[in-house]
Amino acid sequence: MFSRDNWREIFQTIQKNKLRTFLSGFTVALGILIFVVLFGFGNGLINTFQLFFEDDAQNIITFFPGQTTMPYKGYKSGRQIEFDKSDLSDIEKDFPLFLEYVTPRISRSYLTKYKNESNNYSTRGVAPSHQFAEKTIIMKGRYLDQLDIQKKTKIAVIGRLVEKDLFGQEDAIGNYIDLGGSVFKVVGVYQDDGGDDEERRVYVPYTTLQLIEKNTDKVDQIIVAFRPELGYTGAIALEKSLSTFFKEKKFIKPSDQNGIYIRNVAEGLKQTQQLARVLQLIVSFVAFGTIIAGIIGISNIMVFVVKERTKELGIRKALGATPKSVISTILLESIFITTISGVVGMIIGIAILSSLDKTLEDFFITNPYIDLPVAIFATVVLIIFGGVAGYIPAKRAARIKPIVALRDE
Amino acid sequence: MIQIKDLHKSYKMGKNSLHVLKGINFNVEEGELVAIMGSSGSGKSTLLNILGMLDELDEGSYTLDGVPIKNLNETKAAQYRNKFLGFVFQSFNLINYKSAAENVALPLYYQKVPRKERQEKALKYLAQVGLKEWANHLPSELSGGQKQRVAIARAMAAEPKVLLADEPTGALDSTTSYEVMDLIQKINDQGNTILIVTHEPDIADMCKRIVHLKDGVIIEDKKIEQVRAAKYV
Repeated sequence: MFSRDNWREIFQTIQKNKLRTFLSGFTVALGILIFVVLFGFGNGLINTFQLFFEDDAQNIITFFPGQTTMPYKGYKSGRQIEFDKSDLSDIEKDFPLFLEYVTPRISRSYLTKYKNESNNYSTRGVAPSHQFAEKTIIMKGRYLDQLDIQKKTKIAVIGRLVEKDLFGQEDAIGNYIDLGGSVFKVVGVYQDDGGDDEERRVYVPYTTLQLIEKNTDKVDQIIVAFRPELGYTGAIALEKSLSTFFKEKKFIKPSDQNGIYIRNVAEGLKQTQQLARVLQLIVSFVAFGTIIAGIIGISNIMVFVVKERTKELGIRKALGATPKSVISTILLESIFITTISGVVGMIIGIAILSSLDKTLEDFFITNPYIDLPVAIFATVVLIIFGGVAGYIPAKRAARIKPIVALRDE
Repeated sequence: MIQIKDLHKSYKMGKNSLHVLKGINFNVEEGELVAIMGSSGSGKSTLLNILGMLDELDEGSYTLDGVPIKNLNETKAAQYRNKFLGFVFQSFNLINYKSAAENVALPLYYQKVPRKERQEKALKYLAQVGLKEWANHLPSELSGGQKQRVAIARAMAAEPKVLLADEPTGALDSTTSYEVMDLIQKINDQGNTILIVTHEPDIADMCKRIVHLKDGVIIEDKKIEQVRAAKYV
């Protein structure tokens, strides 16, 4: 069946019937190509969704103070809730097993000046662990440390674009900037994957900011990072007990939804992952449909090929071709063509995916890719069905009596 | 070489059954050149198809070179065809994408003859039919007579016991027909057994024996004085 003579015969048939070969090869190659590209786009879509969240840490629950809307324990409704330093330490004391770190955030917008350049930037007073919550990457110098918090030092860590705006070509490290009237020493420059806005910020120790603002101990937001081992359910449970803790401490009626606001990344992440999964499912469905269409295409062509060759097969049978040799000739030819063109389609598809890389980011497709086993699996499926599609008409052709096949017209 | 006894064959046409061959008895000795004649519908092609194992008989027996041809499965029939029989068709039936030499070598391919030997034999038989220079031409580049000569070379290449020709001159003009008959006579002169189905009397006269079929029975079976085709060429 696999003798050299056999292959020579098959190659000759392929060479002498270029259009036929091209048509069946093209169908298969296109089917695999579209499958690979579509599947890759699906993966790219998921990548994009993951990137949205990778910019910040994913084990974060943020608490925002709000205004009460219900009277409770002698307090009127409409009371503004405020967080302060004691809340931080209380959380750390009460939930040590569940937490990785806690950091406050005080957000201000200051006119920031260096020499003749000035601009308004959002300035955040934070603790050192805030670096992990935002996934801030230090390019040069250093981030805030615990000593800065204790000594309330006037140091600042500025974004890459802040340095570019204010310092131009100059190195910002060691220079002094004016932040809303106070002078801060720049000790670090950072970058952030979250986009330009995130790189136009200034981080200072929150204690320093509190000192400037008449030595208060208020903070705007409290960011809590839970241990990732908690998982989704653990995170939701922790969110609930922290909420209860805050409501109790701040005398907010448990049913009051507006006393504090909570944003739990875990929740959004789960929803987004579900959405991405549904999208992937849809894309897989379409890709699967493409494979089916490819199989139908190759089946049609094989039926046509066998029909077209009926007379030739009749001649061959009259000259002594056994049914087995007729079937194996057609089958080997079809498997050969589908294999070659399937692999070609797969390689082109993968090449297209890797060449696109980041060019489709505007369409929410980031780094489209396909796992090689998936691509190979699809190709093999198409080859097998191409074989089956060839086998059925080939078997019928092998059964045709030579006289029927040889009859004129 | 060929013994046929009480051969019957009918075809089902819907509900009706068409009785084509109604008890044929006939023998062919080695080296004979037999013309099977008859008008269309007389059953001559059916007889040839049964002789060629392209069709199965309903009743009776058929022995070819001492081998009973009965209840053959497809594979066995293919092997017997390959070993015993060479076919020449009215419409040549060459494979159009293969060169003359490749067409001639095809039956040898199915005999699993090594490639080198196949090519040598193909050229040898092409030379016998006078087409050695055309070995690498495609059928589309050959004239009708040349095509039929290639087909004859192909039929001979497998060195069959019997050569079966179904209207070998049916698609050719008379000059070319005589050329082809001349070739067939020469092959017969070498001792090969040949059966020709034809409805042309002048072609039949060039054989050594004429079997006349009418309505599925043999009405005449006579040996004749062969007319040599060479004198018309």
